[in-house]
Amino acid sequence: MMLKIENLHAGIDGKEILKGINLEVNAGQVHAIMGPNGSGKSTMSNVLVGHPAYQVTEGKVTFKGMDLLAMSAEERSHQGLFMSFQYPVEIPGVSMTNFMRTAINEKRKALGQQPLAPTEFLKLIKEKRDLVKLDAKFMNRSVNEGFSGGEKKRNEIFQMAMLEPSLSILDETDSGLDIDALRIVADGVNRLKSPETSVIVITHYQRLLDYIKPDVVHVLYKGRIIKTAGPELALELEERGYDWVIKEFEDSLG
Amino acid sequence: MRLEQNYIDLFSQNRSLIDGGSAGVMNALRQRALDCLVRNGLPHKGLEEYLHTDVVEWFKPDWGMNLARLDMPVDFAQAFKCSVPNLSTQLYFLANDTFASSQTASKNLLPQGVIAGSLKEAATEHPELVSQFYGKLADMEKPGIAAINTLFAQDGFLLYVPDGVIIEKPLQLVTLLSSKVDLMVNRRILVVLGRESQAKLLFCDHALAANQYLTTQIVEVFADQNSNLELYDLEETHYANRRISELYVNQEAVSSVEVDYVTLHNGQTRNSVFSTFAGRGSRLSLNGIATIDKEQHVDNMTFVDHRAQDCISNELFKYVLNDSASGVFAGKVLVRHGAQHTESQQTNRNICLTRQARMYTQPQLEIYADDVKCSHGATVGQLDDKAMFYMRQRGIPEAEARMMLMQAFVGEVIGRVSLEPLRDRLNRLVEKRFRGELTQCEGCRACR
Repeated sequence: MMLKIENLHAGIDGKEILKGINLEVNAGQVHAIMGPNGSGKSTMSNVLVGHPAYQVTEGKVTFKGMDLLAMSAEERSHQGLFMSFQYPVEIPGVSMTNFMRTAINEKRKALGQQPLAPTEFLKLIKEKRDLVKLDAKFMNRSVNEGFSGGEKKRNEIFQMAMLEPSLSILDETDSGLDIDALRIVADGVNRLKSPETSVIVITHYQRLLDYIKPDVVHVLYKGRIIKTAGPELALELEERGYDWVIKEFEDSLG
Repeated sequence: MRLEQNYIDLFSQNRSLIDGGSAGVMNALRQRALDCLVRNGLPHKGLEEYLHTDVVEWFKPDWGMNLARLDMPVDFAQAFKCSVPNLSTQLYFLANDTFASSQTASKNLLPQGVIAGSLKEAATEHPELVSQFYGKLADMEKPGIAAINTLFAQDGFLLYVPDGVIIEKPLQLVTLLSSKVDLMVNRRILVVLGRESQAKLLFCDHALAANQYLTTQIVEVFADQNSNLELYDLEETHYANRRISELYVNQEAVSSVEVDYVTLHNGQTRNSVFSTFAGRGSRLSLNGIATIDKEQHVDNMTFVDHRAQDCISNELFKYVLNDSASGVFAGKVLVRHGAQHTESQQTNRNICLTRQARMYTQPQLEIYADDVKCSHGATVGQLDDKAMFYMRQRGIPEAEARMMLMQAFVGEVIGRVSLEPLRDRLNRLVEKRFRGELTQCEGCRACR
């Protein structure tokens, strides 16, 4: 089991947003989490990666057999959890190369490995850049500074490729992408897929799922998962919207 | 009794001793300095310029001064235990406020006509030259330390570069504060650049012993037409050190001056800059970094006077304050009537790492010309939370992420340092400083 979420309650500033999430993701699977605005999608991804602004009030999350909620954000990263940010952050004055070298070597240090030799590191950068067609010039720039929307998202997938996570959460990665950029990003994600890795795609629209095929689709609404089905659910949602699922759920509550 | 009376008495009682240990050109200004000190007193908190730095306290102890010019042995080798390659400098030493001629490299390495060395010696050997410049910029009527410094200063450093001479090799003046007793040090620096001349000058301030020190320093810079000066002032002393420095710059037409202040480690510091564009088409790049913690205090005051047309001034000061450190930046740009096509930018950005750290910033712009481009801005904030979390998500531990963000923050200022080897060295020094690994002496090796 890659990830097991049990009865997760969490919120921000004392306001409960997640109201009992249950979810299981197996290794090798792609899960899509869809839902209308304000349903708690971003809260869920932020809680999973340990954003300090969010508080977990109840529940348990097990990641590769470890108690995820007991780990710091950086420890979660070292153990193979990655999130592609909806809004990648600009860090003026920190070059991409320095950022990536530090990230990789901190991970290696945490896992008891030696730092990567400079030549190996450069080789790795080249290889992973090619995966998302990110030009070499970006490596000397400050992190995300002066990157276009599409470049920022490609940079997220580049970092994912560099860090080789076991579980990647793609938080609204399709937002602000044109169709070409979307293809490049999706292609990158697909090529990184393996039987040992899992992906959670968080998205409002079905569009990205044309390119990254999910095994399981969940609908999140008011902090709960109200429906889980196969990939056909995404298409149905695209066609009919969320109202019918919500109605079905509310009817079931009586 | 007024505080300055102690100093006035000290001077009156030791006048012949002071004169005897100095040079005629310097002695010639002492009477006027005395008159100014009697009339205006020492700077104090009641003055707007000293609102956040109570220098009166600094003058209160009964400081010793080395008026008899006793030889105070300083272990110069200690400051140079290991050398850092990339840049060699022409090296000069001041032991407290006395030029240490025995430690100085031979003069013939410098182009002909250049005078670099003891101010006292130069004033003795070339009185007609030095008297043209000495004390001509430092305004003893202004609130500040020009009067008391002029009253007591007996020696210091002079750099004279004749017309058309370019000194490629940077000159480095290392001041080592070293004494067995608490000491007040009054030093004087004079930099004269002739037409079309160029020089790079690095000051490294340094305290070797844990005694209390009070330093007053006046630097006067004359940059003639088409000259180019890079002036770096690196302070790396310790908590028991107090320093008041005043820099006066006069720029003639088409000259270019860069001044960078780096306060890596100190006790309490006040740096004032009074810079004047006297001729058209000149540039000034004026920058500063302060990385301070504990009870450290840094106050940078700048005054840029645009008297001439077509001049450009750029200012960037950045502070990182930890613990209960406090910082002050007061920058004023004055664009006088007729100084058309002035371009001026002044920026002060600060990060307070704790709730106890304090930053006072006061950018000021006064414009009396109508065709100018001027801007100023100041911010006080914390490290960017979003950036911090982004880095942690990528596996960079919080402490390391903080380090990188602080480094990046001051890196913008270091990026403005023209002297490349110094830039690299500063990056490393700042990193060590943030990591708490900075030991004494590092500063002096900055360029070696």
